[in-house]
Amino acid sequence: MQALFGQLLVGLINGSFYALLSLGLAIIFGLVNVVNFAHGALYMTGAFLAWFGLANLGIGYWPALLLSPLAVGLFGMVLERTMLRRLYQLDNLYGLLLTFGLTLIVEGLFHHAYGNSGNSYPVPEALQGGTDLGFMFLPRYRAWVVLVSVAVCFASWFVIERTRLGAYLRAGTENPRLLQAFGVNVPLMKTLTFGFGVALAGFAGVMAAPIYQVSPSMGSSLVIVVFAVVVIGGMGSIFGSIVTGLGLGLVEGLTKYLYPAASSTVVFAVMAVVLLFRPVGLFGRET
Amino acid sequence: MRKTASLLMALALLSLPSAGRAADKVSDGAVRIGVLTDMTGFYSDLAGPGSVLAVKMAVADFGGKVLGKPIEVVSADHQNKPDIASNIARKWFDEGGVDAVVDLVNSGTALAVMPLAAEKKRITLLSGPGTTAITGDKCTAYNVHYTYDNWALANGTGREVVASGGKTWFFITADYVFGKSLEADTSKVVEAAGGKVLGFVRHPQNTSDFSSYLLQAQASGAQVVGMANAGADTINTIKQAREFGVTPKQTLAGLLVFISDIHSLGLELAKNMYLTTAFYWDRDAASRAWAKRFQALPDNQKKAMPTMVQAGLYSAVTHYLQAIQAAGTDAADPVMAKMKATPVNDFFGQGTIGPDGLFRHAMYLVQVKSPAESKYPWDYYKILKTIPPAQAFPSVEAQACPLVKK
Amino acid sequence: MSAPGLQESRALYRLGVITPARKRIFFGVLVLAGLALPRLVYPVFLMNVLCLALFASAFNLLLGYTGLLSFGHAAFLSSAAYVTGYVVKAWGLPPEVGLLAGTAVAALLGWLIGALAIRRSGIYFAMITLGFAQMIYFLAVQLPFTGGEDGLQGIPRRPLLGLIPLESEGAMYYFVYAVFLAGFFVIYRAVHSPFGHVLRSIRENEPRALSLGYDVDRYKLVAFVLSATLAGLAGALKALVMQFATLTDAHWHKSGEVVLMTLLGGMGTIMGPSVGALVVVTMDNYLSGFGDWVTVIVGAVFVAGVLGFRRGLVGEALHLARNFPF
Repeated sequence: MQALFGQLLVGLINGSFYALLSLGLAIIFGLVNVVNFAHGALYMTGAFLAWFGLANLGIGYWPALLLSPLAVGLFGMVLERTMLRRLYQLDNLYGLLLTFGLTLIVEGLFHHAYGNSGNSYPVPEALQGGTDLGFMFLPRYRAWVVLVSVAVCFASWFVIERTRLGAYLRAGTENPRLLQAFGVNVPLMKTLTFGFGVALAGFAGVMAAPIYQVSPSMGSSLVIVVFAVVVIGGMGSIFGSIVTGLGLGLVEGLTKYLYPAASSTVVFAVMAVVLLFRPVGLFGRET
Repeated sequence: MRKTASLLMALALLSLPSAGRAADKVSDGAVRIGVLTDMTGFYSDLAGPGSVLAVKMAVADFGGKVLGKPIEVVSADHQNKPDIASNIARKWFDEGGVDAVVDLVNSGTALAVMPLAAEKKRITLLSGPGTTAITGDKCTAYNVHYTYDNWALANGTGREVVASGGKTWFFITADYVFGKSLEADTSKVVEAAGGKVLGFVRHPQNTSDFSSYLLQAQASGAQVVGMANAGADTINTIKQAREFGVTPKQTLAGLLVFISDIHSLGLELAKNMYLTTAFYWDRDAASRAWAKRFQALPDNQKKAMPTMVQAGLYSAVTHYLQAIQAAGTDAADPVMAKMKATPVNDFFGQGTIGPDGLFRHAMYLVQVKSPAESKYPWDYYKILKTIPPAQAFPSVEAQACPLVKK
Repeated sequence: MSAPGLQESRALYRLGVITPARKRIFFGVLVLAGLALPRLVYPVFLMNVLCLALFASAFNLLLGYTGLLSFGHAAFLSSAAYVTGYVVKAWGLPPEVGLLAGTAVAALLGWLIGALAIRRSGIYFAMITLGFAQMIYFLAVQLPFTGGEDGLQGIPRRPLLGLIPLESEGAMYYFVYAVFLAGFFVIYRAVHSPFGHVLRSIRENEPRALSLGYDVDRYKLVAFVLSATLAGLAGALKALVMQFATLTDAHWHKSGEVVLMTLLGGMGTIMGPSVGALVVVTMDNYLSGFGDWVTVIVGAVFVAGVLGFRRGLVGEALHLARNFPF
């Protein structure tokens, strides 16, 4: 029983990563209508920038937490302006294929520069160590990850669903022409939204750097899992992606305990079942 | 119908190896060595470009010529995919005049290329893959398994760690054939040496988060946590073991760890871990001298020290070229006979190649140094024990290889 | 999903550039060229191209002609490869039986997955097929007979029908070529039959097809099963050619690769997927000397294809032909 408790907590920690990543994907899909396959590669880029800053420029974890997502966001906006924008009027399959190609390029370049085994990033000093909860040892850094991720997720949700800025954004997807007529610069808004979405991926990358080895392939297997999370939550549903991310972390944690071999497959099984019974996802709106 | 039959016959004839091949001392005027390895994937740091470098270095040290004919090196990326590996090897054999395919890191690619090479009477020199099937039931007469096999790793680490006091074990195993066989081999050794296996957990390959497995390892209370996984999985296990306080209370034993992994992890995280290796650059004067030359090669951009796979490859290729010299031909049969008849004695190790194709040499049980103990770059290992060839590798009689006469 | 290539070829029909006679000559020359090719080009390379060309053409039946993007076609390719390999290797049955067994399993699997997946469309359809394909991958890792990551190795090439030896690459090539032509013919017939026209009308406007009284789900299911079956045939053939079946073919990358082939060659054109397969296999084989730049090059091809040549190679060629006076 105690062991189970520990596994669930660990699941929740992983779930907060899923939430952070799927939130970015959901925002991009919901508001820009792009299926961003490059999300994993940008997550990896975020982690690498943090590592590069520390190893070469003496930029520590705390500034990196801000600078790295900023850089990733800017890079994303450049991609949106130069490439993705040309595909908006087409089927969103093309956006997916374009970002798939970009993923290969980005991962290939990092691989060429740093090799495959990657680099270690230390846990920041203030967050080293941990507490013994009785049923498990909880590293302080993991606790920090959960708190920050959940806070960032709900802040984003609040901005999009509950503020005027968010209302513009949502209106931009529902009826861009009308919004444009009201004098809102819709293309710029889309660029910024895309930038924000991928900045979240960069942020998740920095959060992950002290836990996982910073290597070029760290995002490649993650991205389809996160896709599945978004689909289960309901494509474009901000709230759905957050809750589903956390929930699937728990489900995966449970699977790792009961039948570990299936832990990387369980998300897909859940997805298939959910889509069969509730095609728009758990939190998606029926159209 | 008759037309089709004769057409098929003609085609069958065309595909036969050209007659008169054996008459030449060196086929097609050159000895060609194809380095087929993982250039971009999980094994690219422990083999990959460094393997190509090692082969080129061996050829250059040999003088670039054998029996008066040039030695050429070609290389390709098999992407860890057996079908790609087999396609490239086939093309090399049929069109490229390649005489030997070397490295083949990743057992799947090795098992795909070996029978092909045997069918075409070309030689495979394996340095990267570990599966015991290579010299077991899947053995071929044209293959040398040079650097290590899983049995040697399991045996070295398992027995020696138990002997030094690590009696109780828990395994974190990649849920794949190699992981499971490593785990099974090591368990056997641990129990035979008087230790006890308390449990295991199997994870899918390319898992990034190991915390839940580490919690189970922690709860088991075992003294030693054996990691029957490889590459990024091992690195993440080690990293997170530290985070969750598994180490230093419990000791990690790496069953498939290379010096490139230690280098990328850093000593702070890897310290005190046990592992078995076939080569350590700082072992003696000869290995040091060779490794420093390797490190200083202009093409070695990252100035990395060689892994055991790369060092083994240099040694294997040199042995192969010497065998061609001695046999006076590059035809596979006499060269294989020479390679098996001549003992190896160089910076890499001393030993002989058995009828099953396995090169039996000494292995080393090492412990990773702490940052305080490490005095200079790449000063990573303390050698705890030299395991003599007879104990390091399975005996010829114990092999399931049909080539071994019982 | 629009298929720009298809519109091009239709336009060419209307313009009279493509006539039945010209088409017969074109295909006739191609078939003859295929017979002579192994004299010039390395046969194993050609066989690999043919297997993947059949795979991509089968996939195109779904994407290009029915408008359904499956992201799980690797499941059919690999399950057929494993079954064929096992039947031939472990049970010692001849290759034609293995081929049939593998294809039958893929068809059955296609029916099971298809029946569930066609209830959804668009990105959801893609994700359901991906989900099922991941489960097949899981089985391929777990089931003992597949050999896990080492794969099912050493599948023998027994004589075809007990008569024709397949050990030589030449004989094997003609066998593969015959099977490919048969598979390709089935696809060609399906596309140009009334059945194919209904599929296209579903792609263009599903509600209209429904209101015209067509049982849309039934048509989609038949198309799905046909596509899965032929993908399976390609996988079974590949297992016999390569003499092994491995996890590579079950991985979702393979499902992505077939999208690349189809897109690159031109979806919704009959020749497009084959051309795409040729390009992709050539890149795999001949770029391998570039080391770690290969991923970057393939990525750049993807990006350039999406941004610049959305019609695909064949589609672009047709487009050029259309604007060219004959």
